[in-house]
Amino acid sequence: MTKALNRRDFIQNTSAILGVASVASGFTLTTFAADKGPASGGKRWGMLINTNILSEAEIDSMVSACKKEHGWGFEEHSTGSQKPSWIKKVKVQDRATKKITSLPLMCQHCEEPPCVDVCPTNASMKRLDGVVLVDRHLCIGCRFCMMACPYDARSFVHEDLSNQKEHMPRGKGTVESCTLCVHKIDNGEQPACVASVKTDAVIFGDLKDKNSIISKTLRKIQSTQIRADLNLNTGVRYSGI
Amino acid sequence: MNKISKVRYQQVDGSGTGFYVLVALLSVLIVVALGAVYFMEHNGHYVTGMSNRIVWGTPHVFAIFLIVAASGALNVASISSVFQKKMYKPLSRLSGLVSLALLAGGLMILVLDLGRPDRLIVAMTEYNFKSIFAWNIILYNGFFVIVGVYLWMMFERRMNKFSSKVGLLALTWRLILTTGTGSIFGFLVSRQAYDAVIMAPMFIIMSFAFGLAFFILILLASYKWTERDLGDAIMNRLGNLLGVFIAAVIYFVAIYHLGNLYITENTGVEDFLLFDGEIYSQLFWYVQIILGGLVPIALIYSPVTRGNRMTLGLASVLVIIGGIAQIYVIIIGGQAYPMEMFPGMDIISGYGGIASYIPSIAEIFLGVGGIAVALITIVFFVKFLPFLPESLSDEVADPHHNR
Repeated sequence: MTKALNRRDFIQNTSAILGVASVASGFTLTTFAADKGPASGGKRWGMLINTNILSEAEIDSMVSACKKEHGWGFEEHSTGSQKPSWIKKVKVQDRATKKITSLPLMCQHCEEPPCVDVCPTNASMKRLDGVVLVDRHLCIGCRFCMMACPYDARSFVHEDLSNQKEHMPRGKGTVESCTLCVHKIDNGEQPACVASVKTDAVIFGDLKDKNSIISKTLRKIQSTQIRADLNLNTGVRYSGI
Repeated sequence: MNKISKVRYQQVDGSGTGFYVLVALLSVLIVVALGAVYFMEHNGHYVTGMSNRIVWGTPHVFAIFLIVAASGALNVASISSVFQKKMYKPLSRLSGLVSLALLAGGLMILVLDLGRPDRLIVAMTEYNFKSIFAWNIILYNGFFVIVGVYLWMMFERRMNKFSSKVGLLALTWRLILTTGTGSIFGFLVSRQAYDAVIMAPMFIIMSFAFGLAFFILILLASYKWTERDLGDAIMNRLGNLLGVFIAAVIYFVAIYHLGNLYITENTGVEDFLLFDGEIYSQLFWYVQIILGGLVPIALIYSPVTRGNRMTLGLASVLVIIGGIAQIYVIIIGGQAYPMEMFPGMDIISGYGGIASYIPSIAEIFLGVGGIAVALITIVFFVKFLPFLPESLSDEVADPHHNR
């Protein structure tokens, strides 16, 4: 007994198949995500930078590692101050003592990030584990976050980009900054800049874990936050400035 | 009641050569602005003078200026319907129109200068209620609705009785709106030139002056070009009001800078803005304070030029030029000075120094295009709807005459 497939049956069957397929793919996606584990509020990622032992060459290698990892700094048309700069080497001198210090400066991953406060579209956001990111799909390129950031940490993409990294989609007309290499830390790796330093001048880890090396070190040595007066409780801490 | 019925509103003729020349001129400016937008958006912002240090450039100067002026232009209507000053009543419709048109022009610039103007829908659907920017989006949209309804109350005779209530709402809304605009800067704690709550009231008083200057110019031009009567009574009143507003702006500017100078940590930025800032200090003293403040006050109150239509027009133009200079110094100058990231230390390299900024021609075209959009909106509305009284001669406008 064969039955000719009429149009109604075809539409019914096709819809059913499509329906099942889309629901199933949803389950699959959810399952994969759950396997990997979403960002958890039980963690707070942080970094401790000891400028007493971190050499200038090491800071340069941190900057290079970040550029290579994320593919910024190779823009063709942008001028120096238009080129993105996710991390930079800053040299400061104490006015009273004349002591000179070099340090890497990037997004400080504040607990109370002003960029997230001012962003009109929720594109600037903070993950539960304290990483501050920009959702490039929601960013309208208003640059208010750049006005609000006390650390000059954010960059605006001033031109079309090509040859982008698969793990780091970037786009003309949106704002970007250090992601703390979420794609790496979510896989249990260290951020590229931290990995580039062979000494323990830069320590990365979970600030909420009392037994992590970063927490233990912070308990022992003197450290500070840049613009601590703003009470932003930064995830990036410095020792030696 | 009799007094109100005496005022007859009439569309402007708008069939003469002058009208078409004006429309053509404004259209050219708008087309050029759209071309500039295409150029900037197609290439990216690298073709502008903006950078990662000066993230808001000349388009923002024009946009903020127009948005501030927009709320101020509504004052004339508020004085009439909220404060019951009858002399201003015939001007109320135009006041509402000018405010909506200026806001439209300003917002157009703001949107077209976004990195992703194509994502405007995101800005309209995704709100972060902690963001003063998101609040402003709501405030601007609300302003269009409220002033639109306000105009309807004024136009529709049956609805006239509600105009004072809606007028009160519009006044309250516009005060909150300008507070929001000022707070965009006032709440930026990380930058020494901002981080001052006085920004909000200062922006409100700036809006009074800029908006009235625009209104006066539009009134003068439209009555001259349509050859309608415009009496001295009303113009002198508006002129006096403008003088008071200009003085008030200077007062707020003085308090803002004196307050900052008192705080030692801010003396650096004050030295920069007031004395060492080259273009910014020059704009501050010569254009904002002298040309846009003291000269207009002298023109308005000096016995020699008092009551003169031409000098009032000139004073209004100067207030607008001074106002643009003021916003330029606030926005660009405030960003050019580096943030105090390491108190007690000098930054030797990597950050700091005064950021350079030279506006590109495309940015200027976009800004001027925003003004053109505001003006062409006014031109079309006064042609197709009865916004302007047939006459504003002293008999119509002066309440003493009617007594």
